[in-house]
Amino acid sequence: MKISEIWLREFANPPGGTTELVHQLTMQGLEVESIEPAAPVLQNVVVGRVVEVAPHPNADRLRVCQVDVGPGIVQIVCGAANVRVGGLYPAALPGASLPGGLQISQASLRGVESAGMMCSAAELGLAESGPSSKAEGLLELDGSHQPGSALAAALALDDCILDLKITPNRADCFSVLGVARDLAATTGLAFAEPTPAMVPAQEPLPFPVHVEDPDGSPVFMTRALCRIRKDTKSPFWLRERLRRSGIRSIHPVVDVTNLVMLELGQPLHAYDLDRLQGRLVVRRARSGEPLSLLTGTDVQLDPDYLVIADDSGAVGLAGIMGGSSTAVTGETTSILMESAFFTPAAVSGRARRLGLQTDASTRFERGVDPTGQRRALERATELLVAIAGGVPGACQSRDTGSASRPTVGLRRSRLSLVLGCTVPDTEVATILGRLGMSVTPDAEGWQVVPPPFRFDISVEVDLIEEIARVHGYDRIAARPGQQATRLGEAPAAVVPPDVLRATLVQRGYQEAVTYSFVGRGLDTLLAGGDEGVSLVNPLSEDLAVMRQSLWSGLIQSLQSNLARQQRRVRLFETGVRFIPGPAGLAEETVIAGVVTGSTVPEQWGERPRVADFYDVKADIEALLAMAGTSDEFEWVADRHPALRPGSSARLQRRGHHVGWVGLLHPGLVRSCGLDAAPVLFELSRGPLTEATQTSFQGLSRFPAVRRDIAVLIPREAPVGPLVAAVKDAAGPVLRDVVLFDIFAGENIDVGQKSVALGLILQETYRTLTDAETDQIITAVIQRLGRDFGARMRE
Amino acid sequence: MDNVDSLLAQAKASVAAAADLTALDAVRVHYLGKKGEMTSLLKQLGGMGDEERRAKGQVINSAKAALVDALDERRLALEAQVLEQQLKASAIDVTLPGRGQQPGGLHPVTLTLQRIETIFAAAGFAVHEGPEVEDDFHNFTALNIPADHPARAMHDTFYLPDGRLLRTHTSPVQIRAMLRQGAPIRLIAPGRVYRCDSDTTHTPMFHQVEGLVVDVNVSFANLKSVLADFVERFFERPATVRFRPSYFPFTEPSAEVDVLSESGRWLEVLGCGMVHPQVLRNAGIDPEKFTGYAFGMGVERLAMLRYGIDDIRLLFENDLRFLRQFH
Repeated sequence: MKISEIWLREFANPPGGTTELVHQLTMQGLEVESIEPAAPVLQNVVVGRVVEVAPHPNADRLRVCQVDVGPGIVQIVCGAANVRVGGLYPAALPGASLPGGLQISQASLRGVESAGMMCSAAELGLAESGPSSKAEGLLELDGSHQPGSALAAALALDDCILDLKITPNRADCFSVLGVARDLAATTGLAFAEPTPAMVPAQEPLPFPVHVEDPDGSPVFMTRALCRIRKDTKSPFWLRERLRRSGIRSIHPVVDVTNLVMLELGQPLHAYDLDRLQGRLVVRRARSGEPLSLLTGTDVQLDPDYLVIADDSGAVGLAGIMGGSSTAVTGETTSILMESAFFTPAAVSGRARRLGLQTDASTRFERGVDPTGQRRALERATELLVAIAGGVPGACQSRDTGSASRPTVGLRRSRLSLVLGCTVPDTEVATILGRLGMSVTPDAEGWQVVPPPFRFDISVEVDLIEEIARVHGYDRIAARPGQQATRLGEAPAAVVPPDVLRATLVQRGYQEAVTYSFVGRGLDTLLAGGDEGVSLVNPLSEDLAVMRQSLWSGLIQSLQSNLARQQRRVRLFETGVRFIPGPAGLAEETVIAGVVTGSTVPEQWGERPRVADFYDVKADIEALLAMAGTSDEFEWVADRHPALRPGSSARLQRRGHHVGWVGLLHPGLVRSCGLDAAPVLFELSRGPLTEATQTSFQGLSRFPAVRRDIAVLIPREAPVGPLVAAVKDAAGPVLRDVVLFDIFAGENIDVGQKSVALGLILQETYRTLTDAETDQIITAVIQRLGRDFGARMRE
Repeated sequence: MDNVDSLLAQAKASVAAAADLTALDAVRVHYLGKKGEMTSLLKQLGGMGDEERRAKGQVINSAKAALVDALDERRLALEAQVLEQQLKASAIDVTLPGRGQQPGGLHPVTLTLQRIETIFAAAGFAVHEGPEVEDDFHNFTALNIPADHPARAMHDTFYLPDGRLLRTHTSPVQIRAMLRQGAPIRLIAPGRVYRCDSDTTHTPMFHQVEGLVVDVNVSFANLKSVLADFVERFFERPATVRFRPSYFPFTEPSAEVDVLSESGRWLEVLGCGMVHPQVLRNAGIDPEKFTGYAFGMGVERLAMLRYGIDDIRLLFENDLRFLRQFH
């Protein structure tokens, strides 16, 4: 919320300058997010009174004006249409520099001397942003200003606009009054609630009102104002106040209702009285009831919305926005003002559901002062009559009385327990009193009734917070806790995820972080046509679907890095993939990677070789080794829609699925615009982090024996099961199997391959005899022959 | 015996002149071989009387010993020379880079998370994780943010068709942890969070670390102490920190923590507060028996401050030129 420092200080004026004020507001919980000057520095710009206007001899659109600028009369050539004798306008004299960079000097305009320039609001940097500001002509100043006085002083331009971040609990601070009241309370300044003049009714001007839903609208006041002038414009001071609050001037009626809202926190609405039909009813909307809003938006309502209706139907959305059919226009001469208290329960969430957020809804959702309606109505009437004339009617009130405020107990012991410091009793009572609470001491502490405008005080801790806030957070000394020490856990059965990350980093991978939501296209392709779950409200098509795999994001990162001339890319990411299923969306944390380019960075000592399946498999085996249970994992040739058939594997742990490794499918390589297929992997993190604790095995003192065998098996037969069979057949004496050669070609029958294995055998308590070794090898060969049709190679 | 002396002198000269091991061996054979000159002198002793043979023998033997010494010495020197030459010939360029794989690196968000976890682990905070797709109860209601609460506007929430949502903070993890294990509890909850907000300073996904301590006699003064310590440990410099009143529906009193930057500006680094009694009740903990504090920090913001990164979007572009700067 933007607020003018000068305006604020009219209500509460603590000592010190802007810096001190900003610090104070921030430290009392009204954070000042930004500070900007209300106007640019305007030196040599003064109030000028035009005493004579003559035509320009050489230009139809220019006029030659004699202008009283204080010390004397100067001649200024002017092109504005609205210049008239007797008018007061800003006059920029030689030496002035204007916000647009224009330097003013004595000049000749089409042969006529001009000692300066008369200015529009836009030229002085005082216009609200908007298209209309350019054409408005000279800024007309009211007659109270003295010619020659500095414009900055005359218009109180030496002001700062403070942008306050009002937190949702501080409903009471959505106004100059509210901020000032809290400022006075926290700084100890005396403060009096404003009491606007009561404007007596000149005619009764009754308008029938029926409040059908008093729960949603406990207070509903109206007041008619007739025969207002059509040709008026909001005075400069009013427009300037609105501008400094970030609101555009629209129409005197709208401007006044906005001003009162900014000043007192009470949103008002004005209907064009002549466009209202029958009577006003405050009621729940009917199902499907249409309403065309002020902004031109058409909405369909339901009974959850509170509306103001006339005989034609809804004419306003209570506490949010008025309707277009009864809106005030340039032709309006009679209005009906509404000043209501709609409860937060009746308003909150509705605006957001319609995609709206208005100044009124912001205030009503959080809570406006249920006792402030009359004050606001009087203030608005006073201002409007002064600006636009008109005949005020009587205030009509439907006040069913708002619920009385609950008494909240505050215990002395609880206060010091929660804050960890002691606040003296007298200070507690003083703080609460200054905040407008009525305080009664009792044995344990205090009984407190909050003022009507504080919607955020209902339980004890709300009061504790108020005391801490006003006492000052910085006055609560930091003190380490005295709680019992409890040691952490170090489970041996879990590989810390950081260890897995570190392993990949050591093997040349860079860690990536990609978005959890992706575009539908690639994600669906990677999942073989299965679609991921869409967000209801995505930011864009590219971020619309919860990823079923991390590959989509990693492939995009790969593409962008390749486009930036990187040739070797090794990325991994740890994150959640989202799997749609009959039982709902499941989350699985996975470690995924993408690899393209050479196995090692380009270097002098190793010949470059493009990383293939086996290079990445080695990286994954390094991860499995961290769990110390490599034996439990099994690699199975299998098909995955995203992977190249024949070059993809499913990894399992004791028969349970862990993940996939393989080359990107050729079709996807093409559709992703890649030159070569990257190797991808995606593994569930859970099974990778389940470690087994090492149980020490005694070392054998007896020599190990190595026997090498070479067998021939069909070329397409997998070697993994063969090795497993060797281990099984050889029994516990087998320490290790080395797979040291695989060969097909010369001297090998077509369709066959030779697999060379080194078997390392060792007994724990004695030396193996040759006979025993031979027996084991024979058993192995028989088993391979039986199960795989393997023949010994001669 | 002059001829023995001169023979030794002559032999020593030959030894010194031998340029390599082959030449040296030739010298040895010439003097000490079967037909060598020194050997033949010894052979002549056979025809002498005892007295003379003893006297001459002594002279010749000592000359022979001296020659053997000279040969050995020269041989060692020549061998050292040969070794030196071999080593020189096989010397490598130690300035060439090492061969093979080079390590990659961790993402700056991970590095920052690890730092935060390390600092809090030392004070007994256990790391908890929770789901990223949350229900309304854990993300909002249990945290004192009922439907239509204005604070929901502060959380631009992504929704899923089944009515669930992407968690907007890691605070639901504290609810789950309290419901599961009760008090006392001391945890941090790092993780990804989501808000439908994207501009130069916001990304729709970012990381948070939520912290929670619930125990007996936990106070706002304790919270101030822990977080002031954290800021100093994290930035590794003495820091001027201020706690200023703020609002979160799930804590009260609530505060934002600002750190004074080297340029004299206050930078918001985290939000915190005393756990609201209703939140403890929602999680099955008696607020009269236990009090607690909670805090939450944006990991990207801390990473950007620590590394001087000026654009949050760089963190999710995965440009290798960016990633490789971190290790």
